Amino acid sequence: MSDPILALDNVSKVFGRADKPVYAARAVSFALYPGRTLALVGESGSGKTTAARLIMREYTPDEGRLMFRGAPLGKADSKALRDYRSSLQMVFQDPFSSLNPTHTIRYHLERPLKLHQRGLTAAQRQAAIVELLERVKLDPKLIMPKFPHELSGGQRQRISIARALAVNPQVIVADEPTSMLDVSVRQGILNLLNDMKAELKLALLYITHDIATARYVADDIMVMYAGQIVEWGAVDKVLDDPRHPYTRLLLSAVPDPDRRFDDIRFADELGRIEEIRQQAALAQPEVSQVGENHFFRPMPA
Amino acid sequence: MTTPVLSVRNLNIDYVGSEADFHAVKNVSFDIAPGEFFGLAGESGCGKSTIAFAVSRLHRPPALIRTGSEILVGGRNVLDLSDEELRKFRWREVAMVFQSAMNSLNPVLTIETQFYDVLRAHGPISRADARARATELLKLVDIAPERLDSYPHQCSGGMRQRIVIAICLALNPKLLIMDEPTTALDVVVQREILQRIDVLRKKLGFAVLFITHDLGLMVQVSDRIGIMLEGELVEVNDAQTIYRRPQHAYTKKLWASMPKLRGEQTRVEASS
Repeated sequence: MSDPILALDNVSKVFGRADKPVYAARAVSFALYPGRTLALVGESGSGKTTAARLIMREYTPDEGRLMFRGAPLGKADSKALRDYRSSLQMVFQDPFSSLNPTHTIRYHLERPLKLHQRGLTAAQRQAAIVELLERVKLDPKLIMPKFPHELSGGQRQRISIARALAVNPQVIVADEPTSMLDVSVRQGILNLLNDMKAELKLALLYITHDIATARYVADDIMVMYAGQIVEWGAVDKVLDDPRHPYTRLLLSAVPDPDRRFDDIRFADELGRIEEIRQQAALAQPEVSQVGENHFFRPMPA
Repeated sequence: MTTPVLSVRNLNIDYVGSEADFHAVKNVSFDIAPGEFFGLAGESGCGKSTIAFAVSRLHRPPALIRTGSEILVGGRNVLDLSDEELRKFRWREVAMVFQSAMNSLNPVLTIETQFYDVLRAHGPISRADARARATELLKLVDIAPERLDSYPHQCSGGMRQRIVIAICLALNPKLLIMDEPTTALDVVVQREILQRIDVLRKKLGFAVLFITHDLGLMVQVSDRIGIMLEGELVEVNDAQTIYRRPQHAYTKKLWASMPKLRGEQTRVEASS
């Protein structure tokens, strides 16, 4: 594997009072590599979005550090921060609120080009917009003059991806990019993200609570609970042989047409939900290796 | 066969526009047997929620149910009920859990008061009796009675969703309609809630009309499933047949677009 573009090194983010700290992220470490997709899964409130915000520098870490192309990202000045941000783009969950309803699609794509590629002439920008729209499989002529409300959810999410690609990023953070879309449209967006990753050698962080789509797009997976990464590794290894009780709980709850409710009836992990939740929320500093590229943190006995 | 709890016959619903009407529901007919778990699946805009609203006559203009449509609950046509009859009919015969049900609790009233409101509206009941009944109902959905004195914001999303379900069961309805009841919740909570509903309907005998776009979940829990496409009910069958031997091309396409949790992973080229 090549060197990581971006790495989190023991990063923690704490909220709340000093005498009653709440760890939104606790000693989180992971790395993003060019041309690879890392899925981050967990329930709402597990710290997935906190991790994304730490990467986007919306939060500064309370402990630990971010490494960007091998160098620690310190208190960056505005120029360095702008360079960092143009290497990193985000695709949000809700395509209905992440595009400005008063501007055309053309405006949405021209703006990042103006801000981050200042040398371009108007004609070059125009050409770049056409290329971006073609990349996300939309008809430039038809789409450019439209307003967001004239587009479907899937089309809007394609615009969000085109907008992210406009600044030639190296890392894309996609936070639940398909959870607001119909199943029949999801696949197209996931395929697009996959193609972009491969063609442009992007590092992709795919945040979701849908393990089936994580399996579809990701090379590696991390399972987060209560601010900690409790299990991580190659996606097939983790899903075929889950070791942490929370990973098992999450997997057994995924809708699966092969298992009727009559047959399972609060079986296995689901019967121990509360116990697992309480145990998994405690600090788990130990790391145990299952095999090549598969690790988990055993729960305290 | 026993008399169905719900019998929908030739249901046509249009959204009336100034230039043209939009046919949201086209000649849909189906039955739900007592105690049956019936799933209605399809993508956004296919008309599944419009049907759910029509069954308890909660649809509003510009939605218009065309003459000739029948919605029979316990032998009575819901479309012919007077306002007073309708008031009694709702909650007692058909109760509905909305998509954002966890946000449909009144934020300034305690949970107890919200139970009391429903119980009192449907018959004389003392505050103490209402509290006893509410305690019993909360027990059904696995919530401690102390929660009666809480306000909605003090409960988690999953808990609020279960409270709404408990309120819906307060008058022993024959049919519970659930319109995407768990889409705002994560999978573990979703699973907890649906398994509980499944246990309750077997214990209490009510039927369920379950609406979602998650086919996998639907097959797990439903007895029979109807697939909707652009206002039409294109396929109705028992859940296992819909899963293993889908007949309609659209049902097959829906299955193909679902990423699998196990086995071969194939890339699917779906339209957008």
